[in-house]
Amino acid sequence: MSRTARIRLFWVAAAVFAVAYTAACTGLPRFGTEVHPYGTRAVTSALHRHTANAVSAVNFDQRALDTLGEESILFAAVLGTIVLLRRTRDERVGQPTAGRVLPSTRLLGLVLLPVTLLTGVYIVAHGQLSPGGGFQGGVILATGLHMAYVAADYRVLKRVRPLSVLDVADAVGAGAFVALGFAGLIAGGAYLQNVLPLGTFGQLSSGGLVPVLNAAVGVEVGSGLIVLLASFLDQAVEVRSQDRSGSGGGT
Amino acid sequence: MNGAVAQDYVIAVALVLVTVSATAAALTRDPMRQAVVLAMLGLCLAVLFTLLQAPDVALSQVAVGTVVTPLLILLTVRKVRGTSSGGDDGRRR
Repeated sequence: MSRTARIRLFWVAAAVFAVAYTAACTGLPRFGTEVHPYGTRAVTSALHRHTANAVSAVNFDQRALDTLGEESILFAAVLGTIVLLRRTRDERVGQPTAGRVLPSTRLLGLVLLPVTLLTGVYIVAHGQLSPGGGFQGGVILATGLHMAYVAADYRVLKRVRPLSVLDVADAVGAGAFVALGFAGLIAGGAYLQNVLPLGTFGQLSSGGLVPVLNAAVGVEVGSGLIVLLASFLDQAVEVRSQDRSGSGGGT
Repeated sequence: MNGAVAQDYVIAVALVLVTVSATAAALTRDPMRQAVVLAMLGLCLAVLFTLLQAPDVALSQVAVGTVVTPLLILLTVRKVRGTSSGGDDGRRR
């Protein structure tokens, strides 16, 4: 297809899309109204299950099967990255040289590393009470650990990052979500149904299955993301192709 | 009522910021700079989500949109440039 034909095709498609999209948007509920049909029902259901954070109630209770799908996407993505970025025969590993770190950066990293990790654990644990949950907390845990790289160098990061353990933790977290779903079936309900004791509203142990699923997702996302970033970092910092057998890049 | 109107203005400002930074991200040619602009876009989106009372989404947006995605882009660009040009740039990260 020639260039002009392609551009014409684009404009035709763009015009059709613009008309259809505008027509579809007129059918949406108005922005910022007082009445929220889905919101009201979701919040009622969340309060009924003693889950203070209605978003977590939707994600891990009312629509937990959707979250299982999302989590599987992340697991598959990490798996695919590991397979694609594995070390091939013509690549060799160079020893990364330590870069110079400003003392202020080192101090800030040293102080912030435990604070960030604690924040991550807090957000995972309080998913059923306040904004956050397994996914958000897991990402904070994973990125917080890389403070070790910013504050020190790559060798320090490798020491605080037991990849073989995290590989297993990623799979265990993903598997735990699937396995927890069977609790509903065993109790005589549906798959992923919230059958655990609901607890007192507003307490850390409230929400039944929600905090347990949050913990599973937190482990899976946290370790999965560290493994994902590790494959990228290894490629960028350590691995060199054979024709450039250098000593590796600075960290 | 006054507060609601003021909130609408703040949301409008955030929407404009998102539009501007998204356009800037699309128009930036150099991938290295694009990653930084993308992080800015992620931050603007997080502000917008917070103003629209969606703190859960805003948290994910801050973590993934402003940290992980730009970092993955930067690492990929470094790797690709490092092998194609043959010169070690010697930069940190």
